[in-house]
Amino acid sequence: MELFAYYLELAFRSLKRSPGLTALMVLAVGFGVSACMTTWSVFRAASGDPIPWKSSQLFVPQMDIWSSSARSGDGEPPDALTYTDALALMRDHRALRQSAIYEIAPAVFPARAGQHPLTLGGYAVYAEFFPMLDLPFLYGQGWSAAEDAAAAPVVVISRALNDKAFGGANSVGRSLDIAGHDYRVVGVIDDWNPQPAYYDVFGTGGYTREGPALFVPFTRAIAGDLENGRTACDAEPSSPGFAGLQRSECVWITFLAELDTPARVRAYRQYLDDYAAMQRRAGRFLGAPNNRLRDLPAFLAAEQVVPGDTRVSFLVAVGLLVVCLFNTVGLLLAKFLRRSGEIGVRRALGAGRGAIYAQFLTEAAIVGLAGGALGLLLTGLGVLGIGAVLQPRLAALATLDVRLLVTTVVVAVLCTVLAGLYPSFRAARVQPAWQLKSD
Amino acid sequence: MSMQIKPILAALRQHKAGTVLIALQIALTLAIVCNALFIIRQRVAHLSEPTGIDEANLLVVANQWAGHWSPAQVDAQILADLAALRQLPSVRDASPSDGYPLSGGNWDNFVMRTPEQLKPTTDASVYMGDEHMLDTLGVKLIAGRNFNASEIMQMASRQVVIPPVVIVTKALADHVYPDGSALGKPIYSMTTTPSVIIGIVERLQRQNVSNWSKPYAYESLLWPIREDTDGLYYIVRSKPGQLADAMREVPKALYAQSRMRVFDPKNGGSFAQIRQRAYDSDRGMAILMGIISVVLLAITAAGIVGLTSFWVGQRRKQIGVRRALGATRSDILHYFLTENLLISVGGVLAGTVLAVGINLWMVTRFEMSRLSMGYVGAGVIVLLLLGQGAVLGPALRASRVSPVEATRST
Repeated sequence: MELFAYYLELAFRSLKRSPGLTALMVLAVGFGVSACMTTWSVFRAASGDPIPWKSSQLFVPQMDIWSSSARSGDGEPPDALTYTDALALMRDHRALRQSAIYEIAPAVFPARAGQHPLTLGGYAVYAEFFPMLDLPFLYGQGWSAAEDAAAAPVVVISRALNDKAFGGANSVGRSLDIAGHDYRVVGVIDDWNPQPAYYDVFGTGGYTREGPALFVPFTRAIAGDLENGRTACDAEPSSPGFAGLQRSECVWITFLAELDTPARVRAYRQYLDDYAAMQRRAGRFLGAPNNRLRDLPAFLAAEQVVPGDTRVSFLVAVGLLVVCLFNTVGLLLAKFLRRSGEIGVRRALGAGRGAIYAQFLTEAAIVGLAGGALGLLLTGLGVLGIGAVLQPRLAALATLDVRLLVTTVVVAVLCTVLAGLYPSFRAARVQPAWQLKSD
Repeated sequence: MSMQIKPILAALRQHKAGTVLIALQIALTLAIVCNALFIIRQRVAHLSEPTGIDEANLLVVANQWAGHWSPAQVDAQILADLAALRQLPSVRDASPSDGYPLSGGNWDNFVMRTPEQLKPTTDASVYMGDEHMLDTLGVKLIAGRNFNASEIMQMASRQVVIPPVVIVTKALADHVYPDGSALGKPIYSMTTTPSVIIGIVERLQRQNVSNWSKPYAYESLLWPIREDTDGLYYIVRSKPGQLADAMREVPKALYAQSRMRVFDPKNGGSFAQIRQRAYDSDRGMAILMGIISVVLLAITAAGIVGLTSFWVGQRRKQIGVRRALGATRSDILHYFLTENLLISVGGVLAGTVLAVGINLWMVTRFEMSRLSMGYVGAGVIVLLLLGQGAVLGPALRASRVSPVEATRST
């Protein structure tokens, strides 16, 4: 311990002796580390698992209804389902829990007088959506399967909408005018906006600034003509209207199935193949079954949800850090070897190689610590300012948390000590006798 | 100068580690800066692509109907709205539409040259509007004619309407009919009903300009349709220089027609805002790459200054001896400049290989295009100059070492 204090003192004295070089090293480490940490915080948030405790049990079925292999070239089936197929999957119910999902954007008339109607984004889902995805309820709960079957006019609303329409009070049992019809509020969920928005990659493209404001039963949305968001078609529907879309071969519905055991996953895969074969016999699908049943992480990877930009900017920042480290190696080398005389004297007085290593690595660690402190400051500024340079939707994901801050300092110190290894090795090789003679 | 290279090489052998470190730094910096510059250039090129419309005087209102309206009610309201908009003193013209260039949304249809082909010829961005659409956007009709009022059709939600006539961009016309004979010919848009091309406009950017639509750049079509669904866009062209007035007057005029509507504040706006939004990630990426490049160059330069200063300090005695033996100041200066040039040349050689390697890897991973050698050439020159510039200070200091140093003991 005493020795360590001695090394610290030596290090500080040495660093003070050449303030220019020291400042340069601290700047290099600080800039390198903060560039990495800032871009990493965005990359980490964008590529994070939105529901880590369950993602390996959530599956997305895809079917090649258009035999699109010939058309798109990569052989991937569309990433959404037709109404026909979504209903068939719901009816057969081969998953532990499941829900067909589509985006709605109805006009909502708040109950309080004098307020303008609002257009709000929401989803038409089945009752099992809520327990399957563990939505956090503030008041009340989701609706029941019976209400699905009855196409009941019930609604689950977000905390934000509850604040706006009901002043934040427990609104369960109150009614809300959605697209000109009264819906009964059965539940209010707390803030819920997982990123990527895995429940609707087809519609959102992956990231959303705000979470859904409301959920209504899928069956009710269909009966009430609440029209969908994005649609993808291979050919124009043959009959008009929302009803025509439901009869068409256009895809617009996403689907999530919870499958908790490998056996269930196998059985579901078999079920999809059987279903596709049956549709082919009925003359709907062309070609052999070309289905996918990926778990959530695999699905998000296949959809390439994480934008390449976040990865490229992180890699470039890592490159910057590497250059900064080479820089530090060079400067430390210069700094250490400049003191060959001092090292020679210490060695002649009996200091072992280990002592020289300890002394110089301590010095490197102090530079790293100072660089880390600067890095903290710059990372803080970087995360705040990243909104100016990356897509706001993505940049909003980057947050300063304790883990990021600790990582910043640890990376700074580790990298600098690593950079100090070779210069310390060179310093430890200085021959005591030779130094004394030549000077 | 050539006389000096041999002793320099011999001296470099004395401090291999420092030499290698500087060369490596230069190599890595070159590799990263070349690729960063290339990314910047690509993004800037992308975000400066023209839309073909009168951007300076355009604004877009995202209008949604509140409550349940029948298609007939919606249509009547749209006609009333348009009449009101076109009468505003600051407004030159207005048109209803399903979208606008750079909206990011994507109504696009496959387009075929013949009804029976299985593989589509191309993909077109679909715009709907009335006979005022061309004048509103300010696009230039280069062949054929505009729609006339009697050709405008109505389309209720999800109704399939295939208009018998269509106006296309030159890019689309040339893609479907490469021989230039498109005018008067049919195209088929996901249907077996033909639409005859009655007009060709010079240029109209697509609604979506992301990576996937790159192969179809500027391929757009206009349909004479008024959409009577739950919402639409009003595209408004102000009289020259009166955009600010129009932006104030338009919402007021629309609310005066009916309050049963919602304007989406995050959609539409002046075209300057739309452009800003559409390219924010490209602009951001360019800025980020720029910042990183500047920091990299600064760090590398500072590293060269630091190490060379150290070498100068180490060799004060030798320099003094050389000066005492008759070397001039400029000899010493040239010595250090040449030394740095040798190291830098080694660095940029390695860096060129690395730059191309990194780019090839990015091509396979991130849909980047091939790095043109011009960027590498520019990077090489920048780094050689940077090296010489960085070494100049320490080298000048070395040249001022007095011959007396030779007699000092340390």
